[in-house]
Amino acid sequence: MVEFLSFREGEVGQEPAVTVESFTGQSNSTAVRIEAGEDARELLPHLDRLSLVEVNFPAFGDGRGYSAARILREAGYIGELRAVGDVLVDQIVAMRRCGFDSFRPDKALDDAAVERALRRYDDVYQKTIDGRRPVWAKRHPETANG
Amino acid sequence: MYRYDSYDQSIVDARVEEFRDQTQRRLAGQLTEDQFKPLRLMNGLYLQLHAYMLRVAIPYGTLSARQMRKLGEIAAKYDRGYGHFTTRQNLQYNWIKLADAPDILAELATVEMHAIQTSGNCIRNISSDQYAGVSADEVADPRPWAELLRQWSTFHPEFTYLPRKFKIAVIASEEDRSAMRLHDIGLKLVSRDGQVGAEVYAGGGMGRTPMVAPLIRDFVPEEEIVSYLEACLRVYNRYGRRDNKYKARIKILVHELGVEEYKRQVEEEFAHMRTLGLNPPTEELDRIRAYFAGPAYETGLDDSVDRSDPAFALWVDRQVAAHKQPGYAIVNISLKPRGGIPGDASAEQIALVADLAEQYSLDELRVTHAQNLVLPHVKKADLHAVWQKLDEAGLAEANLDLITDIIACPGLDYCSLANARSIPLAQKLSERFAAADRQKELGELKVKISGCINACGHHHAGHIGVLGVDRKGVENFQLSLGGSGAEDASVGQITGPGFSEDGVVDAIEKVTNIYLAQREEGERFLDTYRRLGMKPFKEAIYG
Amino acid sequence: MKILTGNDLGTGDVIWWAGDGWSRQVGDSVDVSDKGEDLARAEEAALRVVGAYVIDATVTGEGVRPAHIKDRIRALGPTVRPDLTLKPNDADAGNWVI
Repeated sequence: MVEFLSFREGEVGQEPAVTVESFTGQSNSTAVRIEAGEDARELLPHLDRLSLVEVNFPAFGDGRGYSAARILREAGYIGELRAVGDVLVDQIVAMRRCGFDSFRPDKALDDAAVERALRRYDDVYQKTIDGRRPVWAKRHPETANG
Repeated sequence: MYRYDSYDQSIVDARVEEFRDQTQRRLAGQLTEDQFKPLRLMNGLYLQLHAYMLRVAIPYGTLSARQMRKLGEIAAKYDRGYGHFTTRQNLQYNWIKLADAPDILAELATVEMHAIQTSGNCIRNISSDQYAGVSADEVADPRPWAELLRQWSTFHPEFTYLPRKFKIAVIASEEDRSAMRLHDIGLKLVSRDGQVGAEVYAGGGMGRTPMVAPLIRDFVPEEEIVSYLEACLRVYNRYGRRDNKYKARIKILVHELGVEEYKRQVEEEFAHMRTLGLNPPTEELDRIRAYFAGPAYETGLDDSVDRSDPAFALWVDRQVAAHKQPGYAIVNISLKPRGGIPGDASAEQIALVADLAEQYSLDELRVTHAQNLVLPHVKKADLHAVWQKLDEAGLAEANLDLITDIIACPGLDYCSLANARSIPLAQKLSERFAAADRQKELGELKVKISGCINACGHHHAGHIGVLGVDRKGVENFQLSLGGSGAEDASVGQITGPGFSEDGVVDAIEKVTNIYLAQREEGERFLDTYRRLGMKPFKEAIYG
Repeated sequence: MKILTGNDLGTGDVIWWAGDGWSRQVGDSVDVSDKGEDLARAEEAALRVVGAYVIDATVTGEGVRPAHIKDRIRALGPTVRPDLTLKPNDADAGNWVI
């Protein structure tokens, strides 16, 4: 069983994450935690100060964190982006596609199930922030977007 | 119609294996029901009153004879010999075993079908016009767009856990045959200065708080529709309500923000999204469009119909619509036989329609949101033969858009969400108004019945709508008048206190009598209601 | 009385707690008094039932009668397809539901 999962090279953030309010106030912290209802764009002016952003999923059905992640990556954030909270193995792939590269779920994950999930889909239909070529790009490699 | 390439097929096959894995984990106790439920819902598997129910996707209501045949085989092999066509152009099986579900999905995958995202808080089946590609009034065939968006919405990583379900419709004509304005997002293809794009409507829906979708953008060019919809969905995903299941649809967000503010937020997000390279190249839509280029029609065909058989003539007048290609016709197949269960078809009937599609309709058929079927490419010369075969199978009722062409949800006979049974009421109405002359006299009269406030029977959009409620454990029925799901979309108005099942049949009869007594030349029931208002109808019903 | 009902996890069949196990016949239901919730959770954990819940019922001349029409429909089957119910040969079965 795995309690922490990382897809990053090298070290992962160990510093406790402060709240968005605290961080955007006057904090020297390099780690921040976004709650489900908070606006990730509040962090955009400060991305260069951040090495770790945690995004909390209070319930796995609350999908706001996926938007938060993508927004941060679209804005150029390259630090660690960690999904925490109610994260099940069945969400790992979609979370990765939105830019998450580490995971600290409330309940430990089954290693074998994680492996199967990661290898399940060879192809994806949408372009997003994960660098994978969507199917339409593979179908039309000669075009500008391909 | 669209055919999968190896990418499409591998994605569907992977999904089958993923669900097989999830089902095994559930049956082995490694997943609780709370964890498994959203996963099985995203594969269309509900737990209903009597068994599991599987909702198979029929993308934009189009399928081939081969696919239809497989649906019939599954009904016979895994279910109890029938299926139910729904108000979102899908098919439901009512008696599924969880243990069989992965095998059923595997069989569906062999004919390029699936049950992906037919439930759950995600983007659902994208619906479209049942006359797409064959009607003279369309700007362009809307189905290539629907297919492009089907792929875009499948396993979209950001929009898999939305506040609530999300339904999109795409049409391409002024006449709205798909209730487009009553969807979360509706697209109407238009041509502006030689460019094809879409008017975008957002925030429509039925259920507890019915709303007609307002226009939020006058024109989105086809090459930007994906990034524009990403913007619409992102705003909804971030700001749609998650505190109350009955206030979680996008219509509530649009209503609470106001249209202008929702538009503004979408435009802001769109300005950002359109820079991210999210849109497939035009070559991709062109590639999809090639599949919808239209079959090889024969030319020089006889454009006349021999009407000497009066029963056949009656059926032609009602069920056959004009095809844009001379010599051809669109055939509507009624799944509303007298006293029957709306939308249900036996495995044998499904097989027959598959055969008819193969032999007489260039291998293609359609499902309508009114729970009927369409053979889109029938030669006029073949109409009589088709009619005879339909008639033998109990599928030749001539009641399209008439009072007995009732939309009814499965209701309390099948559905765990329901408060009352809808089907017995539909059957009683069908019998009461069965006389052909009477139906013809009443003309276009769309009756829609829902067994609960979730409105799967679209009762808000019924010229006459009925909502089943639970009144202290006894079934009770609320009557509404004046709804419409067409381009003149409107929400029906409740008449007053509710009725027993027999009482509402009588009330509807009184309503139709007022119409017949008061109508002016050329008025449908809906027109007379709109002219007179509720008053005379209410007086007739309640005295 | 209080009885316990749910669906069989694997088949989806409607089932009723009969004291020593689950039955497909509502008539086999036993009174669970105030033990229903605990029983439901235990049986769900044991994978023998899904979606179990406690309902009111009475005993009549015809046997156990769930208080709510929804559960009577679950007990019998769809009223519009008597052939698919648990009593396909009983012409009056639908009346019991109402």
